[in-house]
Amino acid sequence: MAISASEVEHVAGLAKLAFTDEELQKFTGQMDEIIGMVQQLSEVDTDGIPVTTHVTDATGVMREDVAVSGTPREELMRNVPQHQDGYIKVPAIIDESEEA
Amino acid sequence: MNFETTIGLEVHIEMKTKSKAFSPAPVKYGVEQNTNTNVVDWGFPGVLPTVNKGALEYGMRAALALNCEITKDIHFDRKNYFYPDNPKAYQITQSETPIGRNGWLEIEVDGKKKKIGIEEMHVEEDAGKNTHSPDGYSYVDLNRQGTPLIEIVSKPDITSADEAYAYLVRLRQIIQFTGISDVKMEEGSMRADVNVSVRPIGSDKFGTKTEMKNLNSFEHVRKGAHYEAKRQQRVLLSGGKIQQETRRFDEPTGETILMRVKEGASDYRYFPEPDIPPIHISDDWIEEVRASIPEMPDKRREKYVSSWGIPEYDAGVLTQTKEMSDFFEATVAEGADAKLAANWLMGEVNAYMNANKLELLETKLTPENLAGMIKLIEDGTISSKIAKKVFQEIISNGSEPKAWVEAKGLVQLSDPAVLEPLIETVLNNNEKSIEDFKNGKGRAIGFLVGQIMKETHGKANPKIVNKLLMDSLKKR
Repeated sequence: MAISASEVEHVAGLAKLAFTDEELQKFTGQMDEIIGMVQQLSEVDTDGIPVTTHVTDATGVMREDVAVSGTPREELMRNVPQHQDGYIKVPAIIDESEEA
Repeated sequence: MNFETTIGLEVHIEMKTKSKAFSPAPVKYGVEQNTNTNVVDWGFPGVLPTVNKGALEYGMRAALALNCEITKDIHFDRKNYFYPDNPKAYQITQSETPIGRNGWLEIEVDGKKKKIGIEEMHVEEDAGKNTHSPDGYSYVDLNRQGTPLIEIVSKPDITSADEAYAYLVRLRQIIQFTGISDVKMEEGSMRADVNVSVRPIGSDKFGTKTEMKNLNSFEHVRKGAHYEAKRQQRVLLSGGKIQQETRRFDEPTGETILMRVKEGASDYRYFPEPDIPPIHISDDWIEEVRASIPEMPDKRREKYVSSWGIPEYDAGVLTQTKEMSDFFEATVAEGADAKLAANWLMGEVNAYMNANKLELLETKLTPENLAGMIKLIEDGTISSKIAKKVFQEIISNGSEPKAWVEAKGLVQLSDPAVLEPLIETVLNNNEKSIEDFKNGKGRAIGFLVGQIMKETHGKANPKIVNKLLMDSLKKR
């Protein structure tokens, strides 16, 4: 097996998905087949070939550092289920991430 | 068993560009919540990020100032996580192609100089700000979302809490001189994550490390790293094992407290940012950025000592902040004597700033006015005693020194034609002092000078008074 049921469950958890036991078995089998198929690529000799990060050969274009006023807050808030005093209101999730 | 400590620092610095890293919304502090954001920051469906050239340029400035090699072909990566401070559910960062690699800076601890390596530094975006409320909700302000950050990762060269502290002080100084950030810990524009591990001396493998995140004071870093190294030694000596975990520095006790066992980096499922094609950084662009970097503190210090005759220690004090160093140089450019300018800045100006809890640029003092006052002292227009009055005026009210001195009638009396009759009067009224002087009592001179000063309300030029007084006394 290229991937275990517990790995599939873990990755699903990271994506905020929950599966029944039946689904988990089914998806684990499917994932295993997909990974098996993709793994054929490892037979290709890629020594000395740079990693492909983007499949187009476009070059990134940059913007000059000029500020443009933001989108009006009332507009943005139209899609927010709950807001108060100009803040987005969400159920408290005590800090797990502290990303930066 | 003896241990050695290894400390790694990951420092995040907010860059003061005009617009955000991947959207043109303004970067501004202290504005009303959610008013400096746009649909890109909010991750609305169908929006596309655009790379701010200024953010990459600032990143390159920092990288060059820290002696890094610039990565010529860069792309961005997504770091995926769910948290309400970032509605996109991913942060755009550079995990594979950091803008700078293999840099270094030099620190000095207990008189010993040491180079600390910089593994890499990358440009990424900051997240918004969550405020947790006791009502069970969090309140989200996305103004900070998308603010460009530079993250600077040190090599495992730091071996004590004091070195970690010195590294941060030095890093802040260098970054401040590049002009890309205010680097204020207390305002969150500089934040440090600290990794600590210990290993038996002689071991060639690093020990398991623990991490403290988002420390916002250099002192906390020093105390936290010191405590953590001691704690790990205790655990190992008692037969325990260190596990990879995130700990929190607790300020009241000075201890570190377990927060959570760390998840692996693979949980962030990094992959190349598909919305931003790769960017090539040309040599011309690198040289252009290099030329735009203001003179670094070491260069300035050297110039002060060798060309301007400033003592080594003073030159160090004057280059601690860019504001002070720029102010000093501007004062000299206005024609002030460098040594006098240095003395005033380190003495009276510093004292005024401390007493009034003001930053240099928050006072009313300008380089023009400080130089103007110094010139008035040098050419004898005002005495050093009057200068203290003038100084209070120009730093508190911003007055132009020459005009103010003239308006207040504080110009020093140096004209012998004015001073001589005064001296004669004072001598005529103090026959006893003349006698004392003739009998060899030097103190009498001081008394007579004091009398003349009193007559002129402190405005007489003491040098000239002394000379005229001696001449008159000899004639009697």
